[in-house]
Amino acid sequence: MMDKVILAGFGGQGVMFLGKVLAYAGMGADLELCWIPSYGPEMRGGTANCSVILSDEEIYSHVIDYADAAIVLNKPAYDKFAPRIKSGGVLVVNSSLAKLDNVRDDIKIIEIPATDIANEIGNTSIANMVCLGALLPNLKLVDLEKVEKAMNELTKKKPELLEGNLTAIQKGISFVKA
Amino acid sequence: MEKVLLKGNEIIGEAAIRSGCRLFFGYPITPSTEVVEYLSKHFPKHGGTVLQAEDEIGAINMCYGAATTGSRVMTASSGPGISLKQEGLSFSAAAELPMVIVNVNRCGPGLGGLGPAQSDYFQSVKGGGHGDYRLIVLAPSKAQELYDYTMEAFDLADKHRNPVLILTDGFLGQTMEPVVLKDRPKAPEIDRSWTVGGCKGREKRIVASYSLTNEIGEANNLRWEAKYKDIQEKEQRWEEFHTEDAEYLLVSYGTTGRICKSTVLNARKKGIKLGLIRPITLWPFPEKAFVPHKDRVKGIVTVELNTGQMIEDVKLAVECKMPVELYRRQGGMLPTEHEILDYLEDRFNLSAVEEV
Repeated sequence: MMDKVILAGFGGQGVMFLGKVLAYAGMGADLELCWIPSYGPEMRGGTANCSVILSDEEIYSHVIDYADAAIVLNKPAYDKFAPRIKSGGVLVVNSSLAKLDNVRDDIKIIEIPATDIANEIGNTSIANMVCLGALLPNLKLVDLEKVEKAMNELTKKKPELLEGNLTAIQKGISFVKA
Repeated sequence: MEKVLLKGNEIIGEAAIRSGCRLFFGYPITPSTEVVEYLSKHFPKHGGTVLQAEDEIGAINMCYGAATTGSRVMTASSGPGISLKQEGLSFSAAAELPMVIVNVNRCGPGLGGLGPAQSDYFQSVKGGGHGDYRLIVLAPSKAQELYDYTMEAFDLADKHRNPVLILTDGFLGQTMEPVVLKDRPKAPEIDRSWTVGGCKGREKRIVASYSLTNEIGEANNLRWEAKYKDIQEKEQRWEEFHTEDAEYLLVSYGTTGRICKSTVLNARKKGIKLGLIRPITLWPFPEKAFVPHKDRVKGIVTVELNTGQMIEDVKLAVECKMPVELYRRQGGMLPTEHEILDYLEDRFNLSAVEEV
């Protein structure tokens, strides 16, 4: 079993961190995994993306042509990565920042006003975690418990960030369940 | 055993620390910089020294100096930085100095770009600098191998008194994967009777290769040649993947080596008997890997990130007994597992097999 996930947005929206949460969740579950950042000029502003592969067996190719799932935090990321989802895959879109056109009907698209929800919580920068919550029930290999453990690990140096991030993930989960 | 999640470049640094290396001389260049960054942070805790030299030439010659004392020493660079080190590498090979050089291959020529490439294959395995020498060249394909092969590189360097080069790329360097921090293998017994570092109570020693007497020059060359032959005999390493019954072979190393494993599995699902030989030592090139296959296999595709460099060594290894074709991407682009299979099917007219 394998989850190939693409994460994309503006630099500063916490795309790499989002990937790290998934990667550490995979570590906690003793999975094979790759966390692959886009590097080079994209690191210096503009769109940022990273991909995470989670697998219960050895990962050979770590070049993703088509992903099982993606989170896109803005419109340019939607335009770039919506065509890169496998038929039958899942795409979580931050609908606060991306109004959709050319919507594919062969993938599951979850539109969630993540930035608005993050603002309600009181921290606009946790829209990434709201989207993660919306994606989580659609992943095969990690669950909320694993993600919570990963978040604990990743916020060890700044424990004040833990609660807000977990709240955001919960809001995302509730949104897709509602 | 401890398992960590680190970037490929960082794992090289960690392996160096755990290999007993305590000296790093370098000059930062993307996409190799995390090696020096990681060591700058963690080396001092272990009593190690990271020194940023004035340039790459300075760095490689500092490695030369450190190695003459018998200390384990490493440098890391990329592209133009590795080019600048070639003179020092030639000198180090001639003086038979153990050291580990990391080349995080960026695409070229010239300043090139930062994307993954295998464009430095010739430079790595055919000498690179002036004179007639060889480096032992190791090609990892995932983070665990970056760790394991870095450890092994130090031992090989000591064992053969020869510089060892680790040839990797930015894609491996930037990717984070879990790595088991295995303990260092038992270090080989090392003859230190050639090192310098104070000669009180003994004869002076000189670590140099200079001679204006042709007879001495030839004797030196013959000695080095014998050493290289010995290394070729003893140290060829490779991995075989589904080769037992293979009718076709992919040959690829590093990043593309692992991509090819997915291609092999996809091909097998379609009924194509495909296998992979993944060279681990690029020099010595694993010719022995091809012996059982060269009278049996119908065709070979080498998959490379260059205009076709390793393909020459593959053709020699199979004595051109079957067609050897090249599939390549360049300029920092990577092939997908599917496009490699499409090429193989097209080149060897295998679409009929598909319908079986």
